[in-house]
This record gives sequence, C-alpha cells and structure tokens, in this order.
Amino acid sequence: MNPRKHLHAEHPHLARLAGRSGRDYWRSLEELGGDPSFQQMMMREFPAQATVWPDSLSRRQFLSVMGASLALAGLSGCSVRPAPSTEIVPYVSRPEELVPGRPLFFASAMPHHDEAIGVLVESHEGRPTKVEGNPDHPGSRGATDVYVQASILSLYDPDRAATVTHHAQARTWDDAATMLRSAIDAARGRDGAGLHLLTGAILSPVLAAQLEQLLAEFPRAVRHVWEPVHNDGAYRATQQAFGRPLEPAYGFTRADVVVSLDADFLISGPGHLRYAGDFIDRRRVSSAAETTATTMNRLYVVEPVISCTGAKADHRLPLRDADIARFVRELAARLSVEGAAAASNDHAAWIAAVADDLEAHRGRSLVLAGPRQPAAVHQLAIAINDRLGNLGETVRYIEPIQWRPADCTASLRELTEAIDRGEVETLLMLDTNPVYTAPADLKFAERLEKVPRRIAMSAYRDETAELCDWHLPQAHYLEAWSDARAYDGTASIVQPLIEPLHAGRTPHEVVAFLRTGQWTAARELVRDVWRDRWKAASADEFDRRWQTSLHDGVIADSQSEPQSVSLAANWNQNLADELAAIEAECKPAALELILQPDPTVYDGRWANNGWLQELPKPLTKLAWDNAAIMSPATAKRLGLEFGSYAHGGEHGGYHMPEVDLSLDGRTLRTAVWIMPGHADGTVALSLGYGRRHAGRVGGDEQVSLGANAYVLRTAERPWSASGLQVAATGQRRLIACTQQHHAMEDRAPVRVGTLDEYHNSPRFAAQPDEERDDDAARRSKDPLTLYEEYDYAPPKHKWGMSIDLSACIGCNACVVACQAENNIPVVGKEQVSRGREMHWIRVDRYVHGSAEEPDGFYFQPLPCMHCENAPCEYVCPVEATVHSAEGLNDMVYNRCVGTRFCSNNCPYKVRRFNFLAFADFDSPLRRLQYNPDVTVRSRGVMEKCTYCVQRIRHAEIDADVEGRKVRDGEVLTACQAACPTRAIVFGDMNDSASVIAGAKHSPLDYGLLTELNTQPRTTYLAVVRNPNPALEA
Amino acid sequence: MPLGHVDCCSLVAARLLEFWDAVMPQVFPRAVNGIARVTIIGGILLAIGTLWTALLFTRSSYGTDAGVVRVQPVPFSHEHHVGVLAIDCRYCHTSVEHAAFAGFPETKTCMNCHSQMWVGSSMLEPVRASFRDKKSLHWNRVHNLPGFVYFDHSIHVHKGVGCSTCHGRIDEMPFTYQVPSLLMEWCLDCHRHPERHLRPREEVFNIAYQAPADQQSLGQRLVEQYDVDDPTTITSCTICHR
Repeated sequence: MNPRKHLHAEHPHLARLAGRSGRDYWRSLEELGGDPSFQQMMMREFPAQATVWPDSLSRRQFLSVMGASLALAGLSGCSVRPAPSTEIVPYVSRPEELVPGRPLFFASAMPHHDEAIGVLVESHEGRPTKVEGNPDHPGSRGATDVYVQASILSLYDPDRAATVTHHAQARTWDDAATMLRSAIDAARGRDGAGLHLLTGAILSPVLAAQLEQLLAEFPRAVRHVWEPVHNDGAYRATQQAFGRPLEPAYGFTRADVVVSLDADFLISGPGHLRYAGDFIDRRRVSSAAETTATTMNRLYVVEPVISCTGAKADHRLPLRDADIARFVRELAARLSVEGAAAASNDHAAWIAAVADDLEAHRGRSLVLAGPRQPAAVHQLAIAINDRLGNLGETVRYIEPIQWRPADCTASLRELTEAIDRGEVETLLMLDTNPVYTAPADLKFAERLEKVPRRIAMSAYRDETAELCDWHLPQAHYLEAWSDARAYDGTASIVQPLIEPLHAGRTPHEVVAFLRTGQWTAARELVRDVWRDRWKAASADEFDRRWQTSLHDGVIADSQSEPQSVSLAANWNQNLADELAAIEAECKPAALELILQPDPTVYDGRWANNGWLQELPKPLTKLAWDNAAIMSPATAKRLGLEFGSYAHGGEHGGYHMPEVDLSLDGRTLRTAVWIMPGHADGTVALSLGYGRRHAGRVGGDEQVSLGANAYVLRTAERPWSASGLQVAATGQRRLIACTQQHHAMEDRAPVRVGTLDEYHNSPRFAAQPDEERDDDAARRSKDPLTLYEEYDYAPPKHKWGMSIDLSACIGCNACVVACQAENNIPVVGKEQVSRGREMHWIRVDRYVHGSAEEPDGFYFQPLPCMHCENAPCEYVCPVEATVHSAEGLNDMVYNRCVGTRFCSNNCPYKVRRFNFLAFADFDSPLRRLQYNPDVTVRSRGVMEKCTYCVQRIRHAEIDADVEGRKVRDGEVLTACQAACPTRAIVFGDMNDSASVIAGAKHSPLDYGLLTELNTQPRTTYLAVVRNPNPALEA
Repeated sequence: MPLGHVDCCSLVAARLLEFWDAVMPQVFPRAVNGIARVTIIGGILLAIGTLWTALLFTRSSYGTDAGVVRVQPVPFSHEHHVGVLAIDCRYCHTSVEHAAFAGFPETKTCMNCHSQMWVGSSMLEPVRASFRDKKSLHWNRVHNLPGFVYFDHSIHVHKGVGCSTCHGRIDEMPFTYQVPSLLMEWCLDCHRHPERHLRPREEVFNIAYQAPADQQSLGQRLVEQYDVDDPTTITSCTICHR
C-alpha cells in the first residue's frame, strides 16, 4: 500500500490536500486543503475588523463607552482656540554643520556577534532616529538587515539597565570602581590566578589589544569565550584542513553553481548582506535588451528546516540533519574526493545531477556548509571545493575576524571545570548571558553561584545579572566609542551619536580599569590603539586619518588579506570515524530535534525589542513566539492536528496543540506549528524565547514568551539531537500568526517561469488582458472608468515602484525599516492574533506544490499599490484618502474619521487601522525615536504606505532650491534603502532614462489584481528560476 | 365594485378627523398661528446665526491668535532691529533659505553685537546669563502651526514668497505678533493663486515691498520663471500633511 495514501485515509485534512498540487500558489494548509472552517472564515471578508472590541466587553458596555468618548471627542473638536503655544529653545552656540530641522548623518558600525555592519545614522538635533546602511562599507553597501534597523529601538528601550547594581541595589560607578580595584589587587599578587573573563566573540581590534595587554600583565588570568550561535564546526574543519582556524570569504559573483549544505547564507552569518546582494546580482534577468543572452546562477539547498536561502533554491532537498552528512559524503565520493567513501543514499539521482552540474562548473562553483553542521561536513565541503578548483576562485580564506577564535563549547566547559576545582575567584562576564544561553548539561547557573565574586556587564539586567553580585550597565553602540571588524576584516570605528542615556559604559573602559585602576574615556582607548597601529608620523597625520576613518565609516585598507591555503595531507584523518558517529546517532525511526537561531530575536539578545518580536518570521509568519515546527507528515505521525482559529474565527490567532518535548530526561512545554517543507522526522525549535529577565517586552518573571529551547540544548549536540519524545498535553496555546491574513483566492499573485521559458517567451508573466500598450492608448480605445483621467505630463512627477520577486529573499529588512521611518506602532501578541498588526509593508509567503512535498517558496513584499483607480478613494465619505497630482494615493490623517470603508474596499488589504491607541505619545524615551517628518497617528485613524512621501518632498524641495530636476535615485523609500538585494526600485516614471522606467518596461513586469482595473502603480517583476533540466524531468 | 385603494384611504382619514374633532376641540386660538410662523423662521435664523457666529469666531483673532502679542523672556523689538537698524532677516534667521525651519538666532548671535553695545542693560541680562551659563533662552512661539502641518521656508523663499507676505510689516512691530490667520484657507488662497502674491526673488527680504499695480501679469511671469508647480500639484494633501 502506498504509505502516503494510507496516511490520507486516516487523515481527512491531508486527504483534501492530496489532490491539490498543480500550479497553485498557496499560503496555508487550510487554504490549500479547502478546510471548511477556513472557507467559513474567509466568508467573513475582513476578519480583522469583525470584532471591534475585546470579547470581555459586552455590546451594551461598548455602546456606553463609545457614547461617552464620542461626546468628549465632540467637545474637544469644538475648541476654537489654536493649539497651546509651544516654546522655541535655540542653541546657545550652534554646533558646526547643524541646521535645525535638517538631519545629519554619521557613519558608524553596528557590531553583531559575528560581524560588524557599516551604518549611517540619521540624527535630528543630536537625537538618532534611524539607521541606514553605509554604501561605502563592504559588508553593507547601503543595505541593512532587521537587526540594524531595529537597533535604534533598543537604544531607547526603557528596560535597559540604568545603574550599577549590587545584589539588585542601585550603586554608583565609584562603588563599582572600589569593588573592581579590590578584585584586581587580589589577583595581582598571584599573577592573575583566580581571575576569569567570559566574553562573547570579540570583533573589536581595540578590545582585542586591551585583552592581550591584560593577559600579558596577568599571565595566569584566563579568558573564556561563549557564543550560543557559534561556528565551532567551521573553525574545527579549517584547523584540520589547513592547519589553523580560518574564516571563509565567498565570491558569489563568480559562482555559477552553488550548493548550500544547511547554510542560510542570505540571511545570517558573516557577510550575509554582501552575499545576498552578490548572489542575487547573478540572478537578475530584468534587462529587456539581452533577453536571450541572460544567464543565471543555480542554487541547490540541502537542509532540514526551510530557510530563506532554501526558499530561493532552484532545487531543495529537505533532509534530516544526520542525513546531510551522508548526502555530502556521497556527493564527495561522486566527485572522486579522495578518502570519501560512498554511502548508500536514497537520493542518488539528485546527487548525480548536482555532482554533474558541479563538475561542469569547475572553478565557478561553490559548496558551503552552515554553522549548524559538524566539522566533518565542513571538511568535506572544503575538500569538494578543493577538488573542483574553487579554492581561491569562489572561496578564499582569511584570518578569523574575531580575536582568538576558540571552540566555544570547549571554552565554556573549561570555565565550569575551573569553577568546580574552586580556581575561579573573580568571574567577569562581558556582554554575554551564559545563565540563559549555556548548554543545559553544563548547569552553568548552579556553578556560577559557587564563584565568590561574580560581575556581569551587559545592556540589560538579564538572567546572568540576576545571579551576579555586581551588574554594570553597558552602553548601546550608538552611545559609545568602539571599533569592529566586518566579514572581510575591514575595521570601522564605532562612534557615539548621543551621550549615554543611562549610566552605561563600555567593556573597553572596564578592561582598561582592570589594568590601570582608573577610568579612561573609551574614545582615548580607541584612539590609542589605532595610533599604535597606524604608526602615524605626526599628530596631524593621525588626526587626518582618524577624521577620514570616522567620516567614511571604514578604515582604509584594513581588510584582511586572502591567505594562500592548500589542503593538508591528513585533512581526512578522523573523518570516517566522525561520519560514522554522526550516522550512528541517526536512527531512522527516531525523531530529531533541530535547534536554530530565531529569525527575529536571534539567540535571545533581541528579545526585548518590540519591532523584532512583532516581525513575522520569514517562513512561518509567527510573531511573538516560537513553536515546535514540524512537517505535516510528522504531525500526522504524532497525531497532532492543525489548531483551531482563535477569537471566533478571526485571522491571526490559532489555538495550537501543546506538547511536551523530552530529550534525555529534560522536558520543555511548547506549542506545535505545522510547516510544509521541513524534513520529515524533525522538530525544529528556535532559540531566544522563554526568557525570564529580558524586560517588559521580551519576558519577565510574570510573563514569558514562547519556550526556552536552551533547556534541551547540550554541549555535545548543540544543534541537533536524535531521540526526541513528543507528547501532547491535551491543552492548546494561542499562537499569533499573520499567515492567513489577506489570502487571495485563485488569482496568480506570484508568477513564476524558468529561464528557458523566459528565453522562449519573455512576457510569460503578462496575462492576455494585461498586454501593455501605453496607458493613454489603452484608455482611449477602451476606457474602463467613468472618472476623468489624471494628467501627469511633465514637469509633474509620476512616482512608481517596482519589486523584483526574483530578488526578494524574504529577509524582512524592508518591514522594520518602514516601521522605523514611519513611526509605526507595535500592537502586541494579543492584537496580532486578532489580525491588527500595523506594518505598512508586509512580505507574503506563497508555497507551490503539495503539502507533503512543496517544490517552491516565494516571497512577495506588499506595500500600498497606489492605484490609479484607487477603490479606497471612491468610498471615503470625508475625502481623507485622495489622489495627489503626482499619482500618490494620499492619506490625510486629520480628516480621517475611522469609518474603515477604504480598508474594506481595498483589494490588496494594505490599509491599517488604529483600533486602539497603539502609538506611544507619553514615554519620554520612546518619543525620542520618532521621525519628526511623519505624524504619529492616534486611535481611530486609518494609515498605510505613503511611498515615504516625506522623503519625496525633501528631495523635491532640495532639487527646486538648487534649481535642478530631482535625480533618479535621489528619493529612496525606506524599504528600498534597506533592501540587501535591491529588489525594490522607486522613481519617477516620467523620466524615461530612470531605473524605474526600465523596470516598468521589463517583459517580466506584471501588476497584482489588474483585472479589477485598479491600475496599481506598484508592480512586480515575475520570478525566474533556473532549474536543472536533469532534475526537472 | 370594490373601493379603490385611494378612496379607501381618504375615507379612513375623514373618519379619523371627525373622531378627533369630537374628542379634542381646538385648543389654540387663531392668533397663535402667527407666533408659530415667527418661531419657525426665528429658529432657522437662529441656527444660521449661530453657525455664522461660530465661523466668524474661528476666524477671529481669539480663534487664530492673529495679532496677539506674546510675552518673551527678552522684550525683543523687530521694529528697532529691522526697521531702525535695517539688519537683514537672514542675519538671525540663518536657515530660511536652506531648511524648513527658518532658524532661530542662538544666544551667540545676540552676543555678536551685545557683547559690545548695551552691555549693562538690565533688559539684556537673560541673554548674557544664557551665554554665560550655556543655558538656552526659552522663547514663546508666535507662529504655531498644528503638528500635522509640515511647512518649509526654503521653498517659499525660493519661489518668490516675500517675508512680509506672511509675516506682515515686521519692521513696524515693537513686539512680534502673528499677522495672518494661519487657517488652511489662508494657505490655500495662495496655493491656488500663487500669481497674486509672488514677487521677484531679489525683493523677498525687502520688508517694505509694495506689490506693483500689474501684480497679475508680474505674478504670471514669475510663476513661469520660477517653475512654480500648478495649483493641482501644490494643493495635493501630502504637500503639507504627512
């Protein structure tokens, strides 16, 4: 009996799915399966607005409350007096270059744990409000990721540690100085014995130099390193293959064939922004002139958990973690890598096709392994690259960008052993949270309490701080001096934009204090190290170089030199044993637990950032939560069904089954989420949730979000473990998910073709009714509207946007960038579960194929379409949404009375309503972040994407004042500026030489729901894929 | 033949009236009709009057703050500095040509002159204190636009809108007050007909500028010359509201 058929017989839900697999694009299992409750829900056309008030408030109460507030609103609206007069507070002496009302931009760099990203920070009269990428920085090139965008909110987080504390009592830095002095005096007599430092990965050359000095002065002091998301496997592999730990730098511009072994290189890891840009540049086919000459790279992805990189793959093979080792062994054997023994494999055809493709692109191919893979897989990837002649071509190796890279797990274990031996007198933990992130089997919290003097420095009073005697508040990177290295070794000076809002200091100052016994300003510490490095002939020359480095945001010529490497003869010494151990671990029937950094809160360090918590995860579209994610077949095997809809059938909220995950005697309770595309037999859980001391957003002792995956994590098996037990508790949990919102029947929102199809018929995406004549000609012969047409003749502008779906990697940077630029509020899990999130641009995720074996994942960013015949405009009773002379669909907040007719009539569902007073007008810290060029909206007002009209106006006025036209590319919308792959293009369509005009004339251009004659101004370029013909058959 | 619908209705109505007269004789004398008419007309007039008063009220200086002098920490006189000393507007309002905000003189600007003249004046003590203690002066805003209005000085100055067009004869004001209503209708009046108000760029800072008799034709020419956008563009909502 066909096992799948058997599955369906027992499982009506999946049975409905079975028949559906054609060229349909779908976003949820219920939608695909035609689930009756989903159909019923969809009948309520706009579920987000179905229930206006929380259920606890009865209709009668609601009316009385509304009556009272209406009366009050009426009275306040009747005031004839102008707004109360405010004050003008001019400078005593205006800082150089500062013109009040015009922002200044300062170059800096955001240090993340594995690389620094160059940024330009927008500052309004000394108040940083927005972070953009630095075009001159190799790791950014103007682009940003979600963390860079969201980092500005963390600066103004009121939950950040505000003072030095001793046993949770507020102290001063002077008290801390006394304590540090006594600690250091005690250690000095013993050459530093008893002094242990625990840090994260150190990317700062200055901190590295300081620690070198410190360890030289205290030779018996020990530094340990712990990063929960570490790259131990890769370093171990390069150690084995090349004799020393090295960092790879990939050249995606030269790679025709890329094989990713569980490497999500488009989204995370050092250089991801650069790699995403380079990779996508090789997939751009939008130029109309060279249709037939176009070539593309090809991406194969093998991974257990669907990732954004996996979604962009031309061919994707979901495999359990342990099977990946077998896969790569077989691949290596096929490519006759010496010493790689063939294994029997179920995917022989796939492997043969990949091997042939790689073989055909020697020196122009690339095999890369992800950080979650063990050293053996990395070693084999290196050997394959060596065999294919890719070393030095598509992959180069540089010295590690972090200082003294060490095996994190081993290093942390050494610390626990030293504690057990009673050797640790003083433990200073800098910017790390091991009590929360350490592997559960190391029992770090218990051991920490045995250390006599425990000091932690971090931005928040986190789990580690709770167990320490002393906690020192750490300054945010926007309020402190430092430096940091990018993925290629390029160093940048991190410069402060504002004085520390709280009493924060930097690790530089603390380490310097340990040496000198006095506080030295971080700026001087940074300058001292670089003065030594540069060996400048004179103070003037140093200052010049310092100023240039600050201004550019990069230190010239500081990137690392590629090392010449050759595979060591004994590279495969222990390989066979390691592989055998990995494979023995994997028992076919056993469930495998996969741990992964979370796409939004990462390892938990971003847990208290509301923007990131509310950001739907790229593929699952969950917000404010993690869950045990499994494939439909695995869920079936475990007897778990998709949950019911919360709140009486609204979008956004699901009551999902709750399960107990047990592994080696440790148990964790969490909700289940079913996601097609996961390898069967695996359960994925992301790190970073279940925090108890993150803050009011990320979880505290009263309220905690999600489940703490670190409970199941061990030192030996940090990323995957076999033998997981899953037991349903019978309870259900509310999960907020934006997945089902705004589902679009059978309307081909995403259009996809292969490269061959594109060569044969470049306009495959255009539907017959959309054959593009120019608008005017089309209107005159077939006027589809009774309204008079608008006149956009130059010199007027005709703004438009084009989004290349081939280029969109679903990273969500645009969503957070928009939130930062446009003062978009955070609404919280409860409101998201009612479908009331406020994002002006959302990234829809579509799946193609069957639920069990999906064969394509697509992302579609959706801002306001700014329709020519905008359905919203016709229904507004108060003219609060109107067409502008430049084609924008204007939203006028002060006219809006909140009827929500416009949102009801919008076919794209891009309008957002302030059901409650979501915006924070009161908290003095939060207000500092607001963009002064955009109104902060209050309750009862509709809002939506404006094409960043404030940026358009600034550019227009500047151009006018300078007596010129607005240049193409002068107006960058926030989403466009953030995009690492330049998927979003914006500009004046009247300018025939502009990039936007080119995109609009691309054969791939198509509009969404154009059959409604809305004539959207935002259009899309269809997806072009490059599948391997050998695997298509 | 059955009764028609209309016949039936009128029959019922007549019967009802008879019944009414029988149980309820006429209460009001005929003279009351006049009072009723007066009441109805008076009511309508009162409604119109109330509305009219309200509209007048919002446009009054009480409603707009036009002409209201605000108390300032230092009794600064534009009449003296602009009218008598003929200091250019841009000496203090430095960013009026380059930014949305016209710029407000920092204390240092005051002290450029007042470290030399009137150094002992008690009136100027707050200025000296500000400079000495590095503490900003707190001035009271005279032109107070609502928060959702994004006005830009630089573009207006550049297109030939004179200072006095909006700020009046500031050189005749010992104490500064707002001249126009700053109501949206006042803004739109110019955005709809810019030619009625524009002047040559070189006259923008001439506070005593008088529009010539042929303003209409001059305005038309300047609209052309300065590339002033057509009224549909500059009356779009997001020109000022975002």
